[in-house]
Parts: sequence; structure tokens; C-alpha cells
Amino acid sequence: MKKPVIDAQNVDLTFQTNDGPVHALKDVNLQINKGDFVSFIGPSGCGKTTFLRCIAGLETPTGGSLTVNGLTPEEARKSRSYGYVFQAAGLYPWRTIAGNIKLPLEIMDFPKAEMDKRVEKVLDLVDLKGFGKKYPWQLSGGMQQRASIARALAFDAEILLMDEPFGALDEIVRDKLNEELLKLWAATNKTIGFVTHSIPEAVYLSTKIVVMSPRPGRITDVIESPLPKERPLDIRDTPEFIEIAHRVRDGLRAGHEA
Amino acid sequence: MSKIIPVLTVLVALIVIWYAAAVKMNSTWTYDQAERAGSEVTISELITDTMSQKRPLLPAPHQIMAELWDTTVEKKITSKRSMVYQGSITLKTTLLGFGFGIVIGIALATVIVLSRIGRLTLMPWAIISQTIPIVALAPIIVVLSNAVGTGTLMVPKAIIAAYLSFYPVLVSMVKGLQSPDQMQLDLLKTYGASQSEVFWKLRLPSSMPYFFASLKVSVAAAFVGAVVAELSTSAIAGLGARMLIGSQFGEPMIMWAALFAAAILAAILIFLVGGFEKLARNLMGGRAV
Amino acid sequence: MRPDTTFEKIAWPLGFGLLVLVLWEVVVRVFGVSPAILPPPTAIGAAMAGSLPILWEDWVQTVVKGALNGLWMGTLAALILALIIDRFDFLKRGLMPVANFFAALPIVGLAPIMVMWFGFDWHSKAAVVAIMVFFPMLVNILGGLAAVDPMHRDLMRTYGATHIQTLHKLRGPAALPFLFNGLKIATSLALIGAIVAEYFGSPIRGMGFRITTEMGRLATDMVWAEIVVSAVTGTALYGLVAGIEKRVTFWHPSQRG
Repeated sequence: MKKPVIDAQNVDLTFQTNDGPVHALKDVNLQINKGDFVSFIGPSGCGKTTFLRCIAGLETPTGGSLTVNGLTPEEARKSRSYGYVFQAAGLYPWRTIAGNIKLPLEIMDFPKAEMDKRVEKVLDLVDLKGFGKKYPWQLSGGMQQRASIARALAFDAEILLMDEPFGALDEIVRDKLNEELLKLWAATNKTIGFVTHSIPEAVYLSTKIVVMSPRPGRITDVIESPLPKERPLDIRDTPEFIEIAHRVRDGLRAGHEA
Repeated sequence: MSKIIPVLTVLVALIVIWYAAAVKMNSTWTYDQAERAGSEVTISELITDTMSQKRPLLPAPHQIMAELWDTTVEKKITSKRSMVYQGSITLKTTLLGFGFGIVIGIALATVIVLSRIGRLTLMPWAIISQTIPIVALAPIIVVLSNAVGTGTLMVPKAIIAAYLSFYPVLVSMVKGLQSPDQMQLDLLKTYGASQSEVFWKLRLPSSMPYFFASLKVSVAAAFVGAVVAELSTSAIAGLGARMLIGSQFGEPMIMWAALFAAAILAAILIFLVGGFEKLARNLMGGRAV
Repeated sequence: MRPDTTFEKIAWPLGFGLLVLVLWEVVVRVFGVSPAILPPPTAIGAAMAGSLPILWEDWVQTVVKGALNGLWMGTLAALILALIIDRFDFLKRGLMPVANFFAALPIVGLAPIMVMWFGFDWHSKAAVVAIMVFFPMLVNILGGLAAVDPMHRDLMRTYGATHIQTLHKLRGPAALPFLFNGLKIATSLALIGAIVAEYFGSPIRGMGFRITTEMGRLATDMVWAEIVVSAVTGTALYGLVAGIEKRVTFWHPSQRG
């Protein structure tokens, strides 16, 4: 068996706040392999976003060990292993769409010609060809979120971390983007960490579903999805799909009662 | 309060820099004197001398404090040399101008919000008014108010203070009176409310947090206006007038003491109005803008 | 509500201004107001046309040498200090309240002291202006540098961006609206400071100098001529800053309109 890309052993994180310490993560153990699509699902406050931020080195665990390709998250971040997509698109309003996608490339000192080539390529990947010269505020919410995914893909990071990227979008747009994301994943074979609180979204997208529960934030169940890699939208009506969704729901409920 | 220690540190640093600058700037005079007397100056002599000159280029903070003490506590309040007396004149101008400013600001804001033509006509001029250097107008304002027979310098000074202080109130009140959203306006419409009922029952109450939030900026502007007025109308009383007198008679201590008195008075005013704002906000349910 | 047309936006304020001028002229003529108290607009216009060289000389002295020099010095000093302070959180927390308080003070009162230090010519005027604009600029720039969307900042961290890169690509642009806000305040302050400082001593030119001497001679039309010049200058400077702001921060919600 190969070494996992992301390896979390007994990860603990306690925030010190004005109202006393908050136990955000407790005893989190998880291995993510190359090419996995892992969803983190759970109610608000269960630590799913916090865990994603720990992987990205934006938060530092107070206990346990967390490695990414054998490096600390901090080192991995400095070596530019992550493409991070936030809940809101977070595009810079003073840059065009193309300018926003170039942002990480400029920071990472890509040569000029290479930048333009990559911008064209990722705009095509997220189906935004021809919108490079527009400003973010001239696009719809769904298009903005696609642009932010393009930005995360531009520098070809090995790991794509997505924090409820489609949470603010309506269901129709969300379905379409889910489908596109799967295509993208198949085309690039990236390792993806995906936070959501929609059960169908988690089941539809993932090879591995991590169910979490709050107070303290911890993992209650890890489900390996038996669904095939090819997933048309109507797979959501199959008995297999519904069965996994049931298991996720049970996991969530168990975590809630515990 | 995580701010107190950093703020104190910065203040201490400023005072240290001030002392160093005082020694540096006043040393020229000390060396000149010594050269004339044909004597040498030791470091300790230099430091004591630079901090005790009668007309220093830059007086040390403790000298200013001593002068302030002398002109506030030691002098009778009725004395022309009392900073308390002079400060009270400036305060009176400030409060008068602040009062005018509030009335004018609210009145203009009401016209601007209720009438489209009022907004189109007045808003650009309100902005332009603040880009015009009021000091240039000061002598004219004095002449004109004398011509209509106000007699004292208090009115023109208060007008200048009001000129600077009405604007923050105006801007906030326009924002506040327009703050009710379409849903709230539509609701009153379904009740068949008249224009004036909408104003009194919805617009005015919703503008109150904005109004109180503007007062601190406005009172500071009125105070700056009062000092500027005193400086530019050749006033004979008030903190600004003390600065003038200090300048005319070459008495830097008077200027610095007046400047410090002005800073202290400004701090008190801003603190009081800020406290009033907080109180009003709490009474209205603690909603901040 | 129907939207305002460009024509309406110009015609109404312009018409109102003209109406005031006409009323002024009529009142002065009908009631025979002494020109020493209030000259009619036509007399002011004539005074301006008749003394263009003097007005120009005064304008260069006060606006170009005094106000504009002080403006760039104060702004540059505030910018440099803000960039240094920004790296030290402790200093920032300590300096913000102090600078905020100083920005509210009548710093213009330093004018007589600056004249004592730097003499009658424009240097003392520029010094007053520089100190006057320094604090509002500092407060606005520091505020602007702090006003960064946390998500945008996290994004830079995931790229492993350096402090300079973050400053250049994120916090700099994000601070621009604040910078312009400060500049708008500063331009108004600059003119006030430059003119007031001339009341405390100046060479025999400058707008403040002209206003005091002509007032002494009861040549009120000339005083008004200087007022008109200062008003036009103030408005033009503000307009210039607002115009640049519109081009540079076109992306900001307040400018998209």
C-alpha cells in the first residue's frame, strides 16, 4: 500500500477565546490517498472547516501530528501544494477574471508566456472561455465561483481544498457545478478535500465521506463510497446512492445524540 | 483593555522624542550665549539650559505643563491671562457653532431627502462648501455680521464653527433618513400613511443612530472651526487669540500653553460627546451604525 | 423614482448658483449697499479681470509653494510611517488612538510656531500643512491596510506569499479607497493651513497676505477676488482627487454606481 498524501494522527485543536477554551478538534485520525475525493460533512461547529484549514496550514493543531507528503502543512503550503477554494469566490474586485487567475502565478514567479497559456487552459476547464477580460462584479455568483476554482487550478497544486464552495449558490447552479467538478477531477486526477453540509452533494461527489459531529469536533464515521467513478446526475436515484445517503444521515444523527 | 499599554508606550516615546528635540533645537541659543561669554558648555549644563530658557524654540513638556498650571490654577478665572477664562470663550463659540451646525445639518438633510430638486440643487453645494477654505471668508463674515449689527465677534466666530460642523451631521442624516428600506416604506404605504407620517414615524426614528454617531466628528469640527475663527478674525479673547498674542509678542510659552489647553479641551469635548453618544445608543437598544 | 439625468445633475446646482449671484447683484444695487461691505458680483469680476497677475502670483505662493508642497510632504511621511508601523502590531494598537485624537485637534494652531521656526516664506506654510494632513492621512492609510477581507488574506497565505507580495498585490489595492478618502480631507485642510499661516507673517504676496492687507484698505472687491480663487482652487483640487479616485478605484462598490 502507498503512503497516504495526507496523514492525520490524533489531531487536537483548542482555541483560546474570551469565553474560555473551545475544543474545535478532538482526536482526529484520517488518511487521504492520492486521487481521493474526500468530503467532510457535519453540522455547523463540527470542525470540518477547521480541519481543512489545518491541512492547509492556516491553523496549527495543538496536539497530534498532521503531515502532507511527509511535510508539515506549513512547509507544504510554502511549497505551494494547495489550491484553496473558499465559500465565497473571494476574487479581487480590482483585477479582471484573467488577472485573478494570474494572481497565484505572479506570486509563484511563473514566466509571462506560461501565465497566459495557463489562464486560457483553466478558463476553458471551468467553461469560462471569453470571460477573462471581465471584472468579477460583472459576473453571476456561479460564474464567480467557477473563476475561483480556475484560480485554484491555475498553478497545478497537487491538492485541491474546497470549503463549501457551492454553499451560497442555488440548487440548479450547484448541480451543474457538481457535475463539472467531477469531470474536472477525472481529467486532472487531483486529491480533493471538500467541505459541505449537503448529504446528496457529499455522496454524489466523494470516494470517501467523513462524517463529523460537534462539541468537541470529531470524526464519527468514515464511509468508502462503492459508487463508480463515472457518475451521471441521475445516479442519485439509484438504490446504492440512497443507501449511502442513509448511512451518512445515520452517522450525523448518532453524532448529534452522543 | 488591550489598548492601554500600547497607547501609553507610544505616548512615553513621543515625550522622549520631544525632550530630545527640545535639547537639540534649543542648543543653538545655548552655544551662542556661551560663545559670547567665552565659556565652554558641558553636557549637563547644556541639558539644564535647554530646558529652562525663557523663549525656547521648543519648550520641554514640563515647561509647558508648568505654564499651563500657572495660567489655570494659579490665575483668577476672571483674569485675561487665565487659560480657563480663554478656554471658556472658545468653548462658548464651539457650542454655539455646534448648535447651529446641528440645526442646519438636520434642516438641509431633511430638504435633501424629501425633495428630489432639493437634493439635486443643494447636495453639490454642500460638498463644495467644504472644499472652500473657510479662513479666506473669515474677514468677510466679520464685516457682514457687523453690518447687520450683531455687535460682538461671537456670532461670526460661531458661524465659522458652524460652517465646519454642519457637514458631518448633514452627511449622516441624509444616510440615516434614507436608511429605511423599500419593504419598510411599502409597509407604511399599505397602512395609507401620508408623507409626513412616513417622515415622523419611520425616517426620523431610523436616522437617530446615524445622528448620534455624527456628533463626535461634528463637535471636533466645531472646535477646530472656533480656533480657526479666532486665528483668522484677529480675536482678542479665546485660545486662538492667545496663540495670536504669543506670536505677536514673541512669547512661545503662551502659544504652546494655549495649544495644549486647546488639545485638553478638545479631548474633554470629544470624550463627553462620545459618552453621550454611547448613552443614547444604549437607550435606543444598543444598535451601532 | 426616475434616475437623475446628467443634464439635471448640472442644471439644478448651476441654476441655483446663478440665481444667488443675480439676487446678490440686485440686492446690492437696489439697497445701495456700500462696496466696502459687500461689493456686487460684477465688481468682483472686474477686480479679478483687472488684477490677474497679482492673483496668479498669490496663487503660486499660497497654493503651489505652500499647500501642495505641504500636502505631498505630509502624505509621504504618513505613508512611510504607516508602512513601518504596520509591521508592528503593538505600535499599531498604540498609535491608532493617538493619531485619531491628533487628527481631531486644531493643529492649525501650530501656524504661529511654524512661522517662528521656518520664517515668513512658504516653508513655514508647507510645514503647517504637512503636520495638518499627516494625521488624517496616517489614520486612513493604517485603517486601509487593516481593512482586508480575511478570506483574501487567507488566500495569499495558501499561496505562500511573502509580506511584500501581500502588500503589493492585496493590501495596497485594498487600502486605496481609504487613501483617497484621506486625500479628500487633506486637500481641504491644506488650503486652510496655507492661508492661516500667512496671517502670522508672510512675504508681500500670497492669498492670506492679500486678504488681510486689502481688508485693511477696505478694498473688499479684491478680498472677494481672492476668495473666488481659493474657492475654485479648493473645488478643483477636490475634483481632481475624486476624478483620480474614480479611475483608480473603479472596482469599489462606491464607485460602480
